[in-house]
Amino acid sequence: MTTTTPQFSAPPVNQLGPWAWAKKNLFSSWFNTLLTIISLLLLIWVTTSLLGWALTQAQWDVLPSNFRLLLVGRYPVEFIWQVWLGVAVIAAVGGFSWGVLARQARLLDRRALITLGVLAAIIVVVLALLTNPVSIALALGLLVLLVLTGFAGQAIGRAKPQLGTWLPLLWLVGFLLSFALIRGLIIGRTVRLDDLGGLLLTILVAAVSIVLSFPLGVLLALGRRSDLPVIRGLSVLYIEVIRGLPLITILFASQLLVPMALPPQIRTERVMRAIVGFTLFSAAYLAENVRGGLQSVPRGQSEAAKALGMNPLLTTSLIVLPQALKAVIPTIVGQFISLFKDTSLLAIVGLTELLGMGQAILANPQYLGRSGEVYLFIGLIYFLCCYAMSSASRRLEKQLSAPRRAVEPALTTARPDGG
Amino acid sequence: MRKWISLLLATVLTAVVAVACASPDDTTVAQGGGGPAGGSTLDTVISRGSLICGVNGQLPGFSFVDNNGEYSGMDADYCRAIAAALFDDPTKVEFRNLSAQERFTALAAGEVDVLIRNTTWTINRDTALGLEFAPTTFFDGQGMMVTTASGIQDLNGLSGRSICVQSGTTTEQNLTDRFRKLNIPFTPVVFDDEDALYSAFAQGRCQAATSDRSQLTARRKSLPNPDNYVVLDEVFSKEPLGPVTRNNDSRWYDAVKWITFGTFQAEELGITQANLDQQASTTDPEVKRFLGQEGTLGSDMGLPNDFMVRVIKHVGNYGEIYKRNIGDPFQLERGINELWTNGGLIYSPPFR
Repeated sequence: MTTTTPQFSAPPVNQLGPWAWAKKNLFSSWFNTLLTIISLLLLIWVTTSLLGWALTQAQWDVLPSNFRLLLVGRYPVEFIWQVWLGVAVIAAVGGFSWGVLARQARLLDRRALITLGVLAAIIVVVLALLTNPVSIALALGLLVLLVLTGFAGQAIGRAKPQLGTWLPLLWLVGFLLSFALIRGLIIGRTVRLDDLGGLLLTILVAAVSIVLSFPLGVLLALGRRSDLPVIRGLSVLYIEVIRGLPLITILFASQLLVPMALPPQIRTERVMRAIVGFTLFSAAYLAENVRGGLQSVPRGQSEAAKALGMNPLLTTSLIVLPQALKAVIPTIVGQFISLFKDTSLLAIVGLTELLGMGQAILANPQYLGRSGEVYLFIGLIYFLCCYAMSSASRRLEKQLSAPRRAVEPALTTARPDGG
Repeated sequence: MRKWISLLLATVLTAVVAVACASPDDTTVAQGGGGPAGGSTLDTVISRGSLICGVNGQLPGFSFVDNNGEYSGMDADYCRAIAAALFDDPTKVEFRNLSAQERFTALAAGEVDVLIRNTTWTINRDTALGLEFAPTTFFDGQGMMVTTASGIQDLNGLSGRSICVQSGTTTEQNLTDRFRKLNIPFTPVVFDDEDALYSAFAQGRCQAATSDRSQLTARRKSLPNPDNYVVLDEVFSKEPLGPVTRNNDSRWYDAVKWITFGTFQAEELGITQANLDQQASTTDPEVKRFLGQEGTLGSDMGLPNDFMVRVIKHVGNYGEIYKRNIGDPFQLERGINELWTNGGLIYSPPFR
């Protein structure tokens, strides 16, 4: 966003000294002064009692001794390198697409350096408390891999600029490869899906459900706007039935009713059934989000496409859908974030994802009553993942809306908050 | 347009009715046939090469995941005992965590071969739910924990006090029933979460906490000063816990039942993991029969004759299982879980 900053003159507030700022914003009237003091006292009280608990009462040894369980669950220890390999593939794909996307700029600008530095510091400091030196070295190695593939991506991206459009496909392939590596389908030993656990299972269920529910949701949204009554009716029926059911009901049904309905010879893995449940649920909500986007595209757009002689398929896929999806990125990402958090419901149907694993660890007689420590750590992991997702969506949004602003400067300056 | 919708609705309704009619048959097949192959679950398990065991997975002393990612606890050990008897390999178990709500459905649907999930044996479950209960491996009962300083000796001492209890459990019901019967007034302090319950108790928000005695004893150990708390001797509910199988599958039920009885009998005969090899060279005909050196006790029910040798070798007898999972970690006395010869309720019919 360096290109837009010169258009705005910095607001004068920033030039005030800290005292003047505080007086203006915190102590402007007796009521605000009171509010400030009360909030400050509350903040101090919460912080000190939390710190007091964390430093004196909490027994943090539950985390280092169960760190592996929280991350990968009951994954066989001797084959844990398969997980590292799978994560390495994701890191390589991530680095490569970072390089391709940043091909016009310097790869290691200040922001990237800060992010990398913070990540390295987290790895060294936090992991040193929680796990062994080998894992730290491997995690740092992943970071190096990320940067190296970033440079490679930049070089290749400069040579072939049209590569950017193929990145989604690369991600799909990378994801499938990573999954196959973790399952041990290519090399090593095959690990049953039901043996995955902890954060690994959380991410797997969320990622697969997100990838699968997206096309299904778009199709349902298009189906709901279709002129064919059967397709429209079925889409409406599906969306309304699923939206009328609580997620936990769908999960219980997928875990309990599906095996009853299937012939007894067919056994499906529980994780698979959970993914199906999440996908079906998420698709209905996604369809409504996408439909909102479709309705925001002016009629003139599709009429113009028709006038140019485009057939309905081309009109939808090239003219209407791209504009519709761009308009609803925040809602879709919001939907995905809530899907990610909803995976914790799997603990209730007996799967040991992150939360379920935490509860299983808390049942160990050695760690009875350490719920504060474990739940705080789990909460932190959820927060980090969700924060990463939402900041990624913000960047995507900015990137997609950047060209439009360049074309319509009047629109940009008209908005006082500047985005 | 309207025609289309009504046609659609009709189709959906027909489909729903068809599914509704079809599914009871399916469940009967699953229940009656016992397993995916249609024969006994015993054959299914043996041909599959592993046992699928439904456990709690989150209950101290009974089933939980230890530091190494292995299932541990008394229920988990009974799963291993069955796998050891069938395959001579206690690792041939797939553990399945089940919640209280889904456990019976999962068993009926053939999701699990056997349910060993601290399940109380009641007449309703045995008859109406179509389950078979193998011998009780742990006689639990609701108890009461108080502070030593309060000097409370029995339930009468709790008159007018407040008692911490978990909501929505039979525990809450039992508490109210018992105190109303004894005509003792009290204030229940209800919690949704067990951790919250015990931290409130430790902070003195209530004078007593009630739950199953095994859980009270486990929790007592985790409180800041365990010596300040005592679990009263009084027991005011019956909670016999043991393995559960489906109705109408006698061969599988028999196998589970006699493997469980076998662990009792082994303790009674004094056969342990340590002395199994010496016992094998015994001349005692009862021990010879029990270990499968004589007779066909095992093969009569489709198991190898030395199935109890396998169980004891890999898992141990009842006393060892109890000591390892309940006795040592929680210092919980055997109490009524002693052998009948020591005045307890653990009793096996004869092996002959």
